Amino acid sequence: MSRHAIHIAFTRLRRYPKPCEIRYIGTLIRETCAARPAIVPLNTLEIGVAAAAFYDLEGTLVRTNLVHTLGFYARNQPGLISSLKKSAATLVSLPIFAITDQYSRKVFNDLYFKRYKGQSEDRLRFFAQELFEAVLKPAIFPGTYELIEKSRSLGLRQVVVTGALDVSINHLMAHLGITEYVANRLEFVNGLATGRLLPPVMAAATKASWIRVYAEREGISLSDSYAYTDSMSDLPMLSIVGHPAAVNPDMRLRQTALHHDWPILSLK
Amino acid sequence: MSLQLRRKTHESVVYIDRDSAPRILASGMDFILEDLPVGTRVIYPNPPIKGLANREAAIRYALNHPHDCDPLFAQLEPGMKVTIAVDDISMPIPPMKTPDIRQTALEILVEMLHGHGVDDVHIIIAISLHRKMTPAEMKRMAGPKIWADFYPDRYYNFDAEDPANLVLLGETRHKEPLRISRRAAESDLLIYLNFNFVPMNGGHKSVGVGLCDYESLRAHHNPDVIRASHSYMDPAGSELARVIGRVGEIADEHLNVFHIETTVNNYIFGPDMGFLTKNEDDFSAFDRMKYEAMRFAMNKMPRPAKRTMYNSLKSNYEMIACHAGRTDPVHDRIIAKSMEQYVVPIEGQCDILICPVPDMSPYSINSILNPLLVQVMALGYHFNMYRGKPLLKKGGTLILHHPCTDEFDHKFHPSYIEFFNRLLPETRDANVLRDKYEREFANNPSYVEMYRRGNAYHGSHPFFMWYWGESGRQHAGHVIAAGAENAHVPAMMGWERADNLTEAIAMARSSMGSSAEITMLHQPIIAIADME
Repeated sequence: MSRHAIHIAFTRLRRYPKPCEIRYIGTLIRETCAARPAIVPLNTLEIGVAAAAFYDLEGTLVRTNLVHTLGFYARNQPGLISSLKKSAATLVSLPIFAITDQYSRKVFNDLYFKRYKGQSEDRLRFFAQELFEAVLKPAIFPGTYELIEKSRSLGLRQVVVTGALDVSINHLMAHLGITEYVANRLEFVNGLATGRLLPPVMAAATKASWIRVYAEREGISLSDSYAYTDSMSDLPMLSIVGHPAAVNPDMRLRQTALHHDWPILSLK
Repeated sequence: MSLQLRRKTHESVVYIDRDSAPRILASGMDFILEDLPVGTRVIYPNPPIKGLANREAAIRYALNHPHDCDPLFAQLEPGMKVTIAVDDISMPIPPMKTPDIRQTALEILVEMLHGHGVDDVHIIIAISLHRKMTPAEMKRMAGPKIWADFYPDRYYNFDAEDPANLVLLGETRHKEPLRISRRAAESDLLIYLNFNFVPMNGGHKSVGVGLCDYESLRAHHNPDVIRASHSYMDPAGSELARVIGRVGEIADEHLNVFHIETTVNNYIFGPDMGFLTKNEDDFSAFDRMKYEAMRFAMNKMPRPAKRTMYNSLKSNYEMIACHAGRTDPVHDRIIAKSMEQYVVPIEGQCDILICPVPDMSPYSINSILNPLLVQVMALGYHFNMYRGKPLLKKGGTLILHHPCTDEFDHKFHPSYIEFFNRLLPETRDANVLRDKYEREFANNPSYVEMYRRGNAYHGSHPFFMWYWGESGRQHAGHVIAAGAENAHVPAMMGWERADNLTEAIAMARSSMGSSAEITMLHQPIIAIADME
């Protein structure tokens, strides 16, 4: 490819180039400037370099969100009065959760996990099985099994990175056959939840940081890895892998995915 | 040979003279007017063969008078399991006005099956790795009655990524596997209802490709087979047809197939827009007025509106033949009829082939003709529309005319986007692409899910589209994209770019010589150049 071609590419654009055009021009420049023969990169998966598929959970693989879990625990308090009070408080909080989630995932987490304050660890663990059977299992998207199965058949490690509570998803992970997952952990003092999370809090950029560290530790190639999420707040997680995909996306993520030419899946 | 004598070679071949009218070029969604150099040979589609007066009667006759097997009614027994496989809406282009031939045939078949006590009937749309048809498309194609009675449990798209519902029938002696729909394989009778639009369609390709999975398809949809096909639109010279014929033998061994093929004439537009396929020298004042009105309206429309209008165009094709029975005799008869409609005798190859590309493609129904599809239409379909030898001389220049807009349909063609942006900058070598990346794309879980649960073409489909253009790419010395609105799409494709046709012809002549023979395909066209 000649310098003349690069000149033509630039002069004929006459506007700010699109990302693919920038890539194309970059290719022209690389081809032109390269004094040595081009080195053909090998497909890393074929030569045995490990890769992974990273999934967000709620809204991505299952229909439920964090509030469903909170609602379930609110309904299952010791005593009818307590259950009614907790359920009512959860209902009243819904608009606040919705607004804060749009504003900041961190603020949402601060408010949301405070609702667990005073709940016993035993109780949370005891009801986890029922939570899975009654709430989470029926909410698994039909395409979830296929997606995981297909990824697994490619030799990809299956990793769930979620902002849900670890106690609430253990059974779901076992059901999906996923052994590697990271979730948020409540802080307990004397067996009772304080309403705070133990760091690192899995949300937004933290997920990406965790994935980066995990990939380095496990020798995983992020360029060959996949990430799936439904929410714009997980944009950092999508940005660090070679094969990002928006799953059942919200409007903002859909627009972003269209802009970046990422696949948009529906597992429903 | 003088120009006057050249004029009379065939009614579909016109030579441009000094007093010739400018020609209409269907480029993308526009119809532009261009003066062509004197001496340019313009190939028009043949006049349409008169359609059969009674389509229903013709189909019933075919079912009752099949070739090399018992009539359909004689093969039916109460309680038997029957599957009807039917071609998808990739053909014809544009989609037919309702009722579609498939609707007519399906209604007749279903009535006959029920009349013989056959109730276990499934209708499978044989999409192979094409996109799944949307419910609205399915309803339109099969008609409201079939839709109401069969959808969704017994009228559905084939799924090539559903291992539980696929079964391996066997392998050819060349190790080409055939894995097809389990329902079709386990049926007592498989009825394949084919819509033969171009000679590449039909025959063993129906079951052997329409109902097969990726591994079966990649055995013959590869660069080597395409390169060895001269051309894949001519069954006699097509390596692709030979390989698929071998695969078809396996299907014949294991399945009881009752094959129905239909073909249509080339009456693409009705009387209102019929001028688009007419010789411009013969335009009436009314034709000119209609063309100018259309051009004015199209120029004023924003692109999305234009596309909506373009996609809403429906064709007027009429059925000209229907045969049923064993696959080979049926296909031979349909091909003969199809060739009768399409073949245009041509004397001599050309140095420069002008191929305007309208936004009409089997793969862009209700969608966008993205750059890879522009490539497949020019270097694949239109280049291969020959019998004997190519219309273009080896090393000649192919000028395609299209805006080459860098636009993709995210819902239908997601893997095309990655193919175009990630792979083409690295290499355009079809074999390298196949060896390095085809499986990666085919197995990409995102693309698999989009194929299965959405309406996306299979992840591997852009590769097949690239191979489809392989013969044209290997044969043509230069490809010039005239009228391209950007520089990067032609460059990524390995083409030169020109602002307009005049510039493109000048560029082509600079390498081919000023006396280069020029031929233009008058689009939209379905014609097979019978080269002498």
